[in-house]
Amino acid sequence: MSAEKSNLPLSLTVNPRLEQWLKFEADETVRVATGKVEIGQGVVTALSQIAAEELDLPLDQIVMLSGDSDEGPDERYTSSSLSIMVSGASIRLICAEARALLLARAALRLNCSAGQLSVEDGRILVDGAASEISYWSVAPEVDWSQAATGEVAPKAPAEYRIVGQSIPRQDLLAKLVGGAYIHDRIPEDVVHARMLRQPGRDAVLRTLDEAAVRHAAGGEIEIFKQADFVAFLGADEAVVEAAAAAAAEHAQWDKAPNIEPIQQEAAWLRGQPSDDRQYGAEEDLEAPGEIVEATFSRPYIAHASLAPSCALAQFTDGRLTLWSHGQGMHPLRRNIAEVLQLPIEAISAKHLNGPGCYGHNGADDVTLDAAIIAMNRPGRCIRLQWRREEEFAFEPFGPAMLVDLKVRIDDAGRPADWTTEVWSPTHVQRPGTGSGFLLAAAALPNPPPAPVPQDPLEEAGGGGTRNATPYYDIPKTRILHHLVTAPPVRTSALRTLGALPNVFALEAMIDDLAIRAGEDPLDYRLSMLSDPRARAVLETATKRANWSQRGTGGEGEGLGLAFARYKNTAAYAAVAVALHVDEQVHLDHIWVVADAGLVINPDGVRNQLEGGAVQGASWTLKEQVTMLGQGVTSLNWDSYPILRFSEIPGIEAEVLDQLEQPSLGVGECSVSPTAAAIGNAVAHALGHRIHDMPLSRERIIAALLN
Amino acid sequence: MAQTFEFTVNGAPRQVKAKADLPLIYVLRNELGLIGTRYGCGQEQCGSCMVLIDGEPSYACARAVDSVAGRTVQTIEDLGTVADPHPLQQAFLDEQAGQCGYCLSGILISAKALLDRNSNPSRADIVAALEGHLCRCGAHSRIIRAVDRAAVLLRGEGGA
Repeated sequence: MSAEKSNLPLSLTVNPRLEQWLKFEADETVRVATGKVEIGQGVVTALSQIAAEELDLPLDQIVMLSGDSDEGPDERYTSSSLSIMVSGASIRLICAEARALLLARAALRLNCSAGQLSVEDGRILVDGAASEISYWSVAPEVDWSQAATGEVAPKAPAEYRIVGQSIPRQDLLAKLVGGAYIHDRIPEDVVHARMLRQPGRDAVLRTLDEAAVRHAAGGEIEIFKQADFVAFLGADEAVVEAAAAAAAEHAQWDKAPNIEPIQQEAAWLRGQPSDDRQYGAEEDLEAPGEIVEATFSRPYIAHASLAPSCALAQFTDGRLTLWSHGQGMHPLRRNIAEVLQLPIEAISAKHLNGPGCYGHNGADDVTLDAAIIAMNRPGRCIRLQWRREEEFAFEPFGPAMLVDLKVRIDDAGRPADWTTEVWSPTHVQRPGTGSGFLLAAAALPNPPPAPVPQDPLEEAGGGGTRNATPYYDIPKTRILHHLVTAPPVRTSALRTLGALPNVFALEAMIDDLAIRAGEDPLDYRLSMLSDPRARAVLETATKRANWSQRGTGGEGEGLGLAFARYKNTAAYAAVAVALHVDEQVHLDHIWVVADAGLVINPDGVRNQLEGGAVQGASWTLKEQVTMLGQGVTSLNWDSYPILRFSEIPGIEAEVLDQLEQPSLGVGECSVSPTAAAIGNAVAHALGHRIHDMPLSRERIIAALLN
Repeated sequence: MAQTFEFTVNGAPRQVKAKADLPLIYVLRNELGLIGTRYGCGQEQCGSCMVLIDGEPSYACARAVDSVAGRTVQTIEDLGTVADPHPLQQAFLDEQAGQCGYCLSGILISAKALLDRNSNPSRADIVAALEGHLCRCGAHSRIIRAVDRAAVLLRGEGGA
């Protein structure tokens, strides 16, 4: 029994009771709860499809409850391409079991065997004929507080009617007609709030010229101060915004950070104090074969969500209610309870839509900011929105990474021994995980000590080491991981974690080794790739891209290829990119082919593959966080440019059909291969490899001058 | 010093008391309850706040309220509703053009201005009309297709 239990999806082990997932409502709908939240990836729609399928209900009888710390299951964060694999698998088992329990009760009532029963729109049929009862008439007879066993077999995929269909997203229409976001919650007597941010966790506010700030505000504000936590409150949002915009220049801090120019570059990481780990076999230094080495890098990059983070908080009658666009409401509640020293049960955290986050942006931090003020203004609803510059300056960044590759080549020109050596700050500082923390905690009286950085271990998918091991058949591989412990800025989860720089490096090396061996990069890959699903995505993508007609390169036109299986355990993706290069890179076409096992919503998956390709391209070609002195200097869209409409190539995304295979997380799988395929296409176009991202105009010109 | 300004918003005459230099976005969202106009950057860089002023796409985040006195302002709320979406909104639904969707209010506004003056835009025309907008989720290709599809719908082509 306990062995079987351990085979249940994690979410079911943590939230075993049926009532934590399902509620049969009086209006003949079923409320299906999930801890995962909608961040534009369509997951709530996909989960509703799984529920409707197993319950034999139409979609309009399923009402999803997402991201509610009081009534929904704790599924930690919406992250790591795990929502369909974990929440989806849980909902599938729960709904299959609920259906069986309901039919067992119905069979008793109808004095027949459960095998004679079927379900149509929630009505129970006996041998195909209508009966007088429905799910809802027998639901009160089921003990919903019982733990799920996970032992009722879900439907066979061949029977699916709703799973596998491109159902339109439930959330999109509201977003198209001007509603739907947390930013739009503006209650009648709301208190608008903006922050003056502590420039670093050790910084101490020496002086704030309050008169100057009030003057700049141009209207009535209250200045809220607790140690180094400073906020501006008022009834007029434009006035508090003006106060906050002016405040930084009227504040003086002791012990503010002082960032040196070199610290914004990945190259600075080498040799910095680090926590070191090794995975894989020891290298045999006496082994025969030539050694090929190369170093690749990626700078700090930003989530750069389109809107600044926003939260609402209200403390009434001893209860703190939080509204947040963070990616995990249960962890948020726990972490804020800890900072405010409140019992967890006294806090409700509810998810509302925000701008796309792709990881850990300012959403959690802004919620603590609002909560701190709310605790001191009982009864008032506090609406705190970060300033645009604040989001750019204080979001936790995607870490810079330096990737050294050392490959020993066998007689056939193939890798016999492969070392990936990674230098990187941590990729996960989500509050409540490892070394995570909420920003404002350091500004309050008695701040907690600085956390000791941790990174997800390789067994858990890795952070800096994510996808650092090639998926090819290579006899010996190892990872040397240097977790750099004192980076100049806070870093945390950003879509793919370390996979993007690692895949960029690995797939560049593979191309260069193919050239060295005098072989075509596709044939070279296939010669050491035994997984048929990996081969299939590569073969399909190259067919779409007309790879066999690829030119010799070196004349400005490039066609590049890359492959990765995300985390080496989730979805497979191959990407081909056609581009041309003059003084900069112009993308012409991107082909993405993925295998994600059973696909719940094909168009939703294609949307993710396309968006991932664009984000990967943007990071690879354009993006770098800059910093100097007290902090970040890329504080707007001019200094932190992203890919624009005129730079978008044609994109074709295709998902290979794998009905009988388990679903594999797909939300991040296209990002890293796109980056690597661009790198390889640029090398093909120039006849020269650029090792450092972004592949900016400056780097292209430098390469051309070489 | 607050003054009174009169202008037309989504077809209705409105009167607001505000400081002359107050950005229009605060008037729309916080005074008139038209929350579909989105704050993104406040610096005319992202396009989230785009509205039509006398039919021309304009950044509401940087436009002082006194500059719209006597003019007509059109926001996303004037396009369509959940029950009765505008053909542009329907086309975006049909193409599932969007992920987080935060950019879409502004993009729909610029797309409307484009289709109002050009019923048969090329891809290049659509891209040019949307060049002032950022989308972080990478839904650009679908958005371009959706605007093209809306043009077809508005021309009354493409079957029932």
